Amino acid sequence: MLSREGRQGLTLISPPFLYALLLLAAPLAVVVTFSFWSQNYLDLDTTLTLKNYREVWTKPIYRVLILRSLNISMLVTVFTVLLAFPMAYFLSFRVKQNKALWLFLITIPFWTSYLLRIFLWKVILGYNGVLNSALMGAGFIDEPLTFIMYNVTAVVITLAHAWAPFAILPIFVALERIDRSLLEAAEDLGDGPVRRFFRVTLPLAMPGVLASTLLVFIPTVGDFVTPRLVGGKDGLMVANLIQVYFGKANNAPLATALAVSSMLIVTSISVIIFIVGRRIGGRTR
Amino acid sequence: MNVTRFLSRNWLVSYAVVYMVLLYLPALLLPLFAFNSSTIIAFPLKGFTLEWFGVLIETKALHKAVQNSLIIALITSAISTLLGILGARAIVRFRFPLKRGIVGLIMVPLILPEIIVGVSLLVLLMQIGISLSIWTVIAGHVLICLPFSVAILSSAFQGLDPSLEEASMDLGETRFGTFRRVIFPLILPGIISSMLITFTISLDEFIIAFFLTGTDVTLPVYIWGQMRFPAKLPSIMALGTILLLLSIFLLVLGELFRRRSARRQGKSTSPTGGLV
Repeated sequence: MLSREGRQGLTLISPPFLYALLLLAAPLAVVVTFSFWSQNYLDLDTTLTLKNYREVWTKPIYRVLILRSLNISMLVTVFTVLLAFPMAYFLSFRVKQNKALWLFLITIPFWTSYLLRIFLWKVILGYNGVLNSALMGAGFIDEPLTFIMYNVTAVVITLAHAWAPFAILPIFVALERIDRSLLEAAEDLGDGPVRRFFRVTLPLAMPGVLASTLLVFIPTVGDFVTPRLVGGKDGLMVANLIQVYFGKANNAPLATALAVSSMLIVTSISVIIFIVGRRIGGRTR
Repeated sequence: MNVTRFLSRNWLVSYAVVYMVLLYLPALLLPLFAFNSSTIIAFPLKGFTLEWFGVLIETKALHKAVQNSLIIALITSAISTLLGILGARAIVRFRFPLKRGIVGLIMVPLILPEIIVGVSLLVLLMQIGISLSIWTVIAGHVLICLPFSVAILSSAFQGLDPSLEEASMDLGETRFGTFRRVIFPLILPGIISSMLITFTISLDEFIIAFFLTGTDVTLPVYIWGQMRFPAKLPSIMALGTILLLLSIFLLVLGELFRRRSARRQGKSTSPTGGLV
């Protein structure tokens, strides 16, 4: 029998819970079912088949796209987290007042003009772009650089920029939680700043690093706008194909099989990252 | 002060400054090109013009998209904040069975790729036979806004002193009366903050809207369609500038309310807004 408190809590949470159940869990279940169906020109064939999965897991194009997406997302994650760490460190250890204001300023770009921000990277990295004209104006280069646009590099730069704010927050929170007296203790016991950082600060910040790694890695695999706008032919990702199959190519079952397969791979990698990360940072908990 | 320490301090500060400049660089380019008289979005700039803003006033299709987006954002923010109040209250105040699982499901859109949310809703709607409209976009937007509402409102509820409720009940108020006269006024800034932030998220959201929008396109979907035409780009920059200013205004307002909520409850503001 449920306690009074348990009943009240469940009653209160049931509207948002039912909403998530009906509009998230149920659709995901339908997607999985769908991936075992097949498309017969305009009709859906609802006999269960592994045809879509066979296609996804054997045809080279899918492997290429999935591997490239994972590769891009991992690069983005590594860059974003590495660059975010000093920023989070700065916020936690150097900023004394107005921490909230700094964090607010960092998160603003994350909320605004998603499409246009990506488009503007095209303007920055393009042939006549901001970067090229600046470098040429300064006399560093004679001809515009072309290797920075319409390829994987451009996708990585743009995505890393878009997700930067999201990576800072968990690391910042982990750093904030560090008991400052531990740092003093390390110093008193003879650790220099570098040693102290690697032996005390970094291990204690690992849960935050882990959280931001996953927070950036998982959503970026599914982006199709960035590759489409700045990726060129060689920078397309798996989500672009999913989008095409849903739209023009009209093969929803294959698209869902592709989506389910990608999510399974992403989830497995995330679990591995999580376990490895826990082991590294595990001693601190 | 010792020299290495001085250097390391300044290294971090300069790093932070460069980081912030890069973070804002694309956004800062928007107004630059919006007022630039050249039809090509590239440097060098040519001259000052207000022409592109004039184009916006004359474009009828744009007005319809703006109207759709505003309706969607308004309804989304109302529904997600309402559901967020219930969720946050339950999470902060009560222990109940399966709490972690239930909360996990509600918060998962925060990390799920948006294409998965969009595609799965689309497949479900196709199966049930519901045609796409602004309501299908709202359904998707509420899903991704709900975690933010829950996070913001949880921090508002966390600051609430339970003895205030007890006092109100002891003095003979009903449960509803207590909510209306004691709890609600105290979390009101949190509610407004949640509404403003979810409004901004919905207004700017593209991927889910792209899959779930019918003939009534939202503003980002409209912008996406126009991006194919180079001639339209300068006016899109003008539109982007207006949107950027509007979003910043709404976010600043939301932040002010969030801080007020914390102050009213006599605690220091959580700098991350309860998000993590």
